[in-house]
Amino acid sequence: MKIKSIIIYCSISSLFLFSLTSIWKILATLQGLNIDNFNFQTTFFLGFIISFIYLIIGSKINDKIKSFIFAIIFTFIEGYLIQSLPIWYNVGIFLILYFFTSKIKKYNIKYFNEEYSSQLVFFEFLTLFGIVLFSFVILFPFYMMLVTSFKTQIALLVNPLDFSIDFNQDLKDLFKSYFVIFKTYKFGKFILTSSIVSIGTVIITLIFAIPAAYAVARLNFFGKTFLSTSILIIYMFPAIVLVIPLYTVFSQLGLRNSIEGLLIVYTATTLPVAIYMLQGYFKSIPKELEEAAILDRQNWFGIIFKIIIPLSLPAISSVALYVFMIAWNEFLFSLMFLDNPNSFTLSRAIQYLSGDAETPRQYLMAGSVIVTLPVLFYICLF
Amino acid sequence: MNDSLSKIEKRTAYILTLPAVFLVFAIILFPIFANIWISFKEVGLKDIRIPEPRAKKIIKSISEEPSKIKVIYKLRNSSLIQEIRDIQFTDKIPKNIEPLNLDKRCKFISNKIKCNFGNWKAKYREKFEVILKSTDSTKILKKDIKSFKPVLTGKSDNILLNTKFTLKNFKKVLFENDFLDLLLTTFYYTFFGTVGSIIFGILTAQMVNQKFFGRTFMRSVLLFPYVGPVVALAYTWELLLDPNSGTLNSLLINFQIIENPINLLGQKYITLNFFGLDLKLRLALTTVIIFEIWRYFPLAFLFILARLQAIPKDLYEAAEVDGAGPIKKFINITLPQITAVISILFMIRFIWNFNKFEDVFLLTGGASGTRTLPINVYQQGFAVSDIGMGSAVSIVIVMLLLIFMFFYFKLIGKRADEN
Repeated sequence: MKIKSIIIYCSISSLFLFSLTSIWKILATLQGLNIDNFNFQTTFFLGFIISFIYLIIGSKINDKIKSFIFAIIFTFIEGYLIQSLPIWYNVGIFLILYFFTSKIKKYNIKYFNEEYSSQLVFFEFLTLFGIVLFSFVILFPFYMMLVTSFKTQIALLVNPLDFSIDFNQDLKDLFKSYFVIFKTYKFGKFILTSSIVSIGTVIITLIFAIPAAYAVARLNFFGKTFLSTSILIIYMFPAIVLVIPLYTVFSQLGLRNSIEGLLIVYTATTLPVAIYMLQGYFKSIPKELEEAAILDRQNWFGIIFKIIIPLSLPAISSVALYVFMIAWNEFLFSLMFLDNPNSFTLSRAIQYLSGDAETPRQYLMAGSVIVTLPVLFYICLF
Repeated sequence: MNDSLSKIEKRTAYILTLPAVFLVFAIILFPIFANIWISFKEVGLKDIRIPEPRAKKIIKSISEEPSKIKVIYKLRNSSLIQEIRDIQFTDKIPKNIEPLNLDKRCKFISNKIKCNFGNWKAKYREKFEVILKSTDSTKILKKDIKSFKPVLTGKSDNILLNTKFTLKNFKKVLFENDFLDLLLTTFYYTFFGTVGSIIFGILTAQMVNQKFFGRTFMRSVLLFPYVGPVVALAYTWELLLDPNSGTLNSLLINFQIIENPINLLGQKYITLNFFGLDLKLRLALTTVIIFEIWRYFPLAFLFILARLQAIPKDLYEAAEVDGAGPIKKFINITLPQITAVISILFMIRFIWNFNKFEDVFLLTGGASGTRTLPINVYQQGFAVSDIGMGSAVSIVIVMLLLIFMFFYFKLIGKRADEN
């Protein structure tokens, strides 16, 4: 039982080590190193032995010295003897090994006397593995987007694996794609349109949603339950179903290709969720405050402005952020309603750019970086 | 006293909610009914533009007669298919100027030329000339004349408003264009996208629910695909998966995993050899589903994480005392606690994925076996320019969704009764 657990543990930990080094190798390849093999056998074997020796040594030697020695040995064999790769690659391997050994130091022989120890080990390594893998899988496309926007057309075609950025070149050359999309493709205008539409949507949505949410949260009136349930159902309703009738009506009213048209549609589609989120928060505000305000002869306008809004600023700002993101990222309606480049939003402009097969990809990616950055910035702040 | 208070309360409530309700009804509920109306009509994209009578004003001076000037109106019917009836024309002229030999159809009243042009057929064009003369023989300035713009009004049939109905669109939707294949593709896309995103949501939520270094950062990183603009992400993926110079194919070739590049977004089928069995996999559809999962698992992650953090710790401690291992704990404690969230998530994601348009449109445009129902709405309505057909497809979508929701709630309701 114990031996089985130990073997399972050693295999899992070495698999984990293998996945770490593999990701490092992929990243190194993308920086122009010529690596064409993951060296599964060597890595697995070394990882297995290191895990096993760790178990046997236990805490007889100081942890830091132990980690250091093993990391050096592994790096020497893997990076120098077998493949003879540059020093920065080996530093990376060394750090990975140091991290790995500091993770496995808590296991010792006693640990495997316990029941379910192999299951526990499995889940612990799965978590670690998941964190590394998910970060890689999620961040990689974003990283690629950013790097591609700094490359030239030729560099992209010659070696699609070269993801290094040449910082020695002129700043003007480095940011060439950005200059081009602003100058030739007039991205400044699209950014302005997108900002006006999204910020406008936020403001109008809040103006409509705060009173409505207050009424749903606090007042008694006929049709209240109907309203609060239909809000959610409407929120689920598919945008693609709305497109054709809205298109016909908007073209007859002359609202296509106009910011006003977009504002109306965006506000209507974000209102249900804004009301739903706000009324949930408004319900949590103590009623006594409003009762005091009523005694002070405040009307509903005063109550909303002097009590509800100041007290629910955090909720309002998160709703504002959410609505902003929806409006900023929206694509379907801007695709349908806008066909005049003068009124394009950013998303629509990028899609329009890509419609031309001649457009170099680095311009497309520079546009993508511009449209993505604000959103990621906000989500990190939040 | 109390009565009047509650009346005031009601009135206030209506004042507060009406603007929002009105807007939502106008933009969301009205189109749903309009869809039903349009889907029973034969309407093309070109029919929905309202025909307008138009006039372009051109001013020409007459040589050696500065007190006279010639105005040419180029009149036309903007529509290529519809007649405009009862056209009224009005144009203003500055003071002290009057028209000479005015056309029979027109009258000159108080500085205005008013004409009744009658009916114009489709594509109608006419050059209409008026010669103006100043009453006091002074020179007429061109810009004085130009500062006024002619106004034309007319009546025309609106094809959308007549009461001619047909079942042709539905017949076409259901019996042509491979409806079954369309339905199946949509179902695969929706179902696997939903299930995949929920599974990854559970995995990541479990992961982040433990303490580790950089946990808050990890939480925001996990949200990136969900909050990023779909346009940017889809094009990045397209670049990543490109068969000729895409990074993924180059990497796989470099590490000798594959020999020839695979066109992940442009190939309909791929044959996989699985223990001697040849399996045909819909490649482009699978890629699109993977993108779908990648982009939408964060929503499941958020929902499930919130639920996981609300599970009382003593449950796990009690299970530990009973000698349960991690797998048993997950199956017997965690799963039952999150089933409610998962069933809500399943419904939300199923409905949304069923109607997802942008992702597939941007990645493949509906080519190579990825044509789903929403893509079909767009293709019928805007690529083939048949608005009626597009509407009919969206009605089919709504019907299918209603059927799904009906069965889903029946199932969920039964479950709730049993518990």
